Amino acid sequence: MRKSGLLAAGLGLTMVACGGDIDTATNGGEAGSSGGSRMNVVEQRGQLICGVDGGIPGFSFLDDTGSYSGLDVDVCRAVAAAVFGDADAVEYRRLDSTERFTALAGGEVDMLSRNTTWTISRDTSVGLEFAPTTFYDGQGMMVRTDSGITTLEDFEGKAVCVETGTTTELNLTDQMRQLNVDFEPVVFQDADAAYAAYDEGRCEGMTSDKSQLIARQSTLPDPNAHMLLEVTMSKEPLGPATLNNDSTWFDVVKWVTFGLMQAEEFGITSENIDSFKGSEDPNIARFLGEEGTLGSDMGLPNDFMYQVISQVGNYAEIFDRNLGSGSQFNLERGQNALWTDGGLLYSPPFR
Amino acid sequence: MTTVTPDALSSTRPEVVGLSPWAWAKKNLFSDWFNSLLTVVLVTILGWFIFRLANWALTTAQWQVIPNNVGLFMTGTYPSSLYARVWALLAMICLLAGLSWGVLSRNLSTLFSRNVLIGLGVVCAFIVLFPPTRPSSLKLLPMVAIVAGMAAIGRQAGRQRPGIGNWVSLLWFLSYFVALWLIGGGLGLTPVSTNDWGGLMLTLLAAVSGIALCFPLGLMLALGRRSALPVVRWLSTVYIEVVRGVPLVAFLFMGQVLIPLFLPVGTRPDRVLRAIIALALFSAAYLAENVRAGLQAVPRGQREAAMSLGLNTPATLGLIILPQALKIAIPAIVGQFISLFQDTTLLAIVGLAELLGIGRSILANPSYLGRYAEVYLFLGVIYWFFCYAMSLASRKIEDKLNTDER
Repeated sequence: MRKSGLLAAGLGLTMVACGGDIDTATNGGEAGSSGGSRMNVVEQRGQLICGVDGGIPGFSFLDDTGSYSGLDVDVCRAVAAAVFGDADAVEYRRLDSTERFTALAGGEVDMLSRNTTWTISRDTSVGLEFAPTTFYDGQGMMVRTDSGITTLEDFEGKAVCVETGTTTELNLTDQMRQLNVDFEPVVFQDADAAYAAYDEGRCEGMTSDKSQLIARQSTLPDPNAHMLLEVTMSKEPLGPATLNNDSTWFDVVKWVTFGLMQAEEFGITSENIDSFKGSEDPNIARFLGEEGTLGSDMGLPNDFMYQVISQVGNYAEIFDRNLGSGSQFNLERGQNALWTDGGLLYSPPFR
Repeated sequence: MTTVTPDALSSTRPEVVGLSPWAWAKKNLFSDWFNSLLTVVLVTILGWFIFRLANWALTTAQWQVIPNNVGLFMTGTYPSSLYARVWALLAMICLLAGLSWGVLSRNLSTLFSRNVLIGLGVVCAFIVLFPPTRPSSLKLLPMVAIVAGMAAIGRQAGRQRPGIGNWVSLLWFLSYFVALWLIGGGLGLTPVSTNDWGGLMLTLLAAVSGIALCFPLGLMLALGRRSALPVVRWLSTVYIEVVRGVPLVAFLFMGQVLIPLFLPVGTRPDRVLRAIIALALFSAAYLAENVRAGLQAVPRGQREAAMSLGLNTPATLGLIILPQALKIAIPAIVGQFISLFQDTTLLAIVGLAELLGIGRSILANPSYLGRYAEVYLFLGVIYWFFCYAMSLASRKIEDKLNTDER
């Protein structure tokens, strides 16, 4: 009888626990605002909430010190630097590829910077607004050098590993249907699992964006045993996105992104930016907010680009640090060079 | 009731302790040619597997990813300047764990028996030698001392005041809120957004909260399903069957993605809380069926006897039916708890940085690309440790409550 009493007492305690738990941990709530721009919400909160993946090498990951780094993360930091003058005023939300758009639509995040490919359906029916492309990618195919596969037609009856919920999966199906190749897709929720399966030989081919394939190839046990096919299955312009019908906020994200490219074109880096202060060149003076009202017209501090470049760096610095010569991936700039260098990065004038 | 003495008990069982290792092997492994063959084949396969694993672990594997990221694995992106609060939390848990251990073993003749001392020695050696824990050994060793010290104190206290067990339960209950305060801040401590809660800390918090919430809920659903009131019975049945028909991932996605669409912007509950509630609501349906199985195993006569003694319904339930039903259902309930603990890994899919999710982020760090095997093995061992601890605890509780001889 004594024991049953004890049990009943424990029972009562857990029942009380159920009542007490609900009202704890309700922080991070939004400053409510019906109508108006997201910009006001962000400014009131004092922090940018940026949707990232959190697990893509070179784009967003946790470094040893426990802070997020990568190209996608640096774009978030640039926007925060522009709005608040503090690149660290960002809260990162990790979003799965399947929930990223609903998270944005539901107001969970202010912007997406999560390897999102700009497509017409996402721009129209999903209701996104795409800021300039920060990384031009294309879908490629990795195979084993000794597999004898050299074209997509060789995949007749063979298996290809692919991540689910991405445009990659759709592109692959489209391409193969076009070529009338009967292949077997092996679908994974997670990139790690997909590459591990490819490495074990479950699939003859691994398809993903070329940048990812090159990055991952360097980590396979024998990198030289694999190669990329000479085929580009798609255009993958990756860039930040915001929600439709909010030009004020979209303009901020768009022009901060353009500013990163424009700074490279001007030759302004985080190191030499102070030597440009008081520049005679009216373009640079306007860009850094010493003349004109480019910033305040957008509702930002006039020196917003000064804050961005001094704290985060220009596009070249961001690219080199995360993907290029400053990283272990050592990616070529390729299409991601400025238009003056034969690439695709082109910023409209800041005036 | 007849008392069975230990001597009488052991005489009914075959004596195996006295066998020499060789005789034991002959009896159990090589009794006839088929068993011998089986043994040889299996030992070869096992030996080869262990050899390959050890070979990989000692030569190919690059383990520095684990010690370099211990902080991340344990607490995620929790600010490192506030780690002292996590240590305080750990100290509090050790304090209570030691106290409970002491109180529970108050009737044993020696608290620190040979096996316990060996165990403590192994833990201390592990802390000092294992690379990920070595840097923190100056903090972890005192934790072990706290557990041992509190065990001794708890045993003394338990002997002097046998009713202290209830107070320890109350302390555990209160400690949950102290833990939330220590992690989340507020009331004089720097607040930490739930977005920064992560790693093992978040996994354990989600599991503990989920278990604490789903147990009472499941119990009520089980009682509701056997209720004489038709509406209560139908509602409980519908809830249980609907929830059991939906996968947990769908439930979690609904919590993370759909709820914000329905609610106005200002009233959105925290995403960690949403995930915990989804976990608890999901597990409650399964738990309800486990408890119902226990309820059905209690003979009808028990209820009738209680009624004829003049006990009202709550007293019949609380004093007669539930203690017996829950005792029967313990293995199934703990099984459900273990599965809830493992289900917390799904939180990684909805973007929470729990243990598995943080592993994914660390694997994306260019310095550790391709270290899957090391990281996932490490995570697997952690999950196994906690699940096995739960299953051990359930066996202990079963033994303790197993008052009737069968």
